[in-house]
Amino acid sequence: MTVIDNHDALGTGAEFRLSEASAGDFFELLKPRVMSLVVFTAFAGLVLAPGHINPILGFIAVLCIAVGAGASGALNMWYDADIDAVMTRTANRPIPGGRILPNEALGFGLILSCFSVAILGLVINWFSAGLLAFTIFFYAVVYTMWLKRSTPQNIVIGGAAGAFPPMLGWACVTGGVSIESIVLFMIIFLWTPAHFWALALFKMRDYGAVGVPMLPNVAGEATTKNHIVVYTVLTAVTAVVPTMMGSASLAYGAVAAVLGAIFIICSIAVWRMPDGDEKMAPAKKMFAYSIVYLFAIFSALMVDHLVLWLTASTGGL
Amino acid sequence: MIDTVKLTDAQKKSRRGRNIALGLVLAGLVVLFYVVTLIKFGVGS
Repeated sequence: MTVIDNHDALGTGAEFRLSEASAGDFFELLKPRVMSLVVFTAFAGLVLAPGHINPILGFIAVLCIAVGAGASGALNMWYDADIDAVMTRTANRPIPGGRILPNEALGFGLILSCFSVAILGLVINWFSAGLLAFTIFFYAVVYTMWLKRSTPQNIVIGGAAGAFPPMLGWACVTGGVSIESIVLFMIIFLWTPAHFWALALFKMRDYGAVGVPMLPNVAGEATTKNHIVVYTVLTAVTAVVPTMMGSASLAYGAVAAVLGAIFIICSIAVWRMPDGDEKMAPAKKMFAYSIVYLFAIFSALMVDHLVLWLTASTGGL
Repeated sequence: MIDTVKLTDAQKKSRRGRNIALGLVLAGLVVLFYVVTLIKFGVGS
C-alpha cells in the first residue's frame, strides 16, 4: 500500500494522504506529446545513420530515448510545480492538479532516468547512453533549474535538450557523432526558439504572471518578432544543408526549400502583426505550422534516404 | 489496538491500476532482456 506522509516528516502530526494517482497520471508526467516528437526524431536519426542496427535493438533504443526524455519531463514537472500551478496551460498537470505528490514525481523521474540510461548502455552502446544521460541532465538541470528562470535566452540554449534525439538515434547506430548528425541537431536547435516564442507571444501573460523571463515579457513583442524571423530563416536554410552536403537529394532540397519558404512567410505574418494584438492569430498559426514543419522535414529526409537506398540497391533502375 | 488505514474505493481502484501497470512494465522488461539476450548470443555465434 502506498501511504504518503505528505506534510509531517517528523511524525508529529496525524495527517496522512493515500495516493489516488492512476497509472495515467504517471504517464502524463512523461509529457507524452513532447515524447512523440522525441520518438519521431530519434527514429529519424536511427534511419538516416549509415550502417545497420537490428530492428528490435533499434526499437529498444528508441524506447530508451523516449523514456529518458519522459524522465526529464517528470523532473521538469517536479521542479516547476510552483509555476505550473499558476499558468493556465499547465495548471492541470498531475502535481499542481493534486493527483501526484512532488516527491513521487522526483522518484519516478530519477528511477526512469537511471533505467533508460543503463539499458541503453547495456543493450546498444555506452556512448549513446552517456549522451542520453547528458541530455536528461541538460533539460532537467541546465534548462529547468538554471536557465528557465534566469534569462530570456532560456529557450535558445535549453532547446539543445530537445535537439539531441536525432543525434542520439544516430549514435545508437554508429557509436559516435558526425557532421550529418550535427546538422540534424542544428535543424531542431534553430527551430525551437521560433516555435516556442510564437507560443510565448500568445501566452506571455501566463509567463509574466509567474516571473519566467520569456523574451516577449523582457524584450517586448517587437524584439521577439525580429528574433522569430531570424531563427526561422536560419532554420529554413539549415534544413537545406543536407542536400548541399550531398547526404540528401535535390528532391529533398526542393521540398525543404518550399516548407522553409512557408515557414518564413508565417514568421513574416507574425512580424507584421500589430503590437498588442489580442487574438494573435498569426502567432497561433505559426506555432501550429512549426510542428507540421518539423515533422515534414524529418519525414522528407527519411523518405529521401529510403528512395536513395532503394535506387542504390536496385542498381539505379 | 492497532490503528489501521481504511482505503476508500477510489484509492483501491487507483492502487489496482498502478499495480497492473507496474506488473506489465516488469513483464515487458523480462521479455526485453530475454529477446536482447537471444539477439546478442545470435550475433556472437
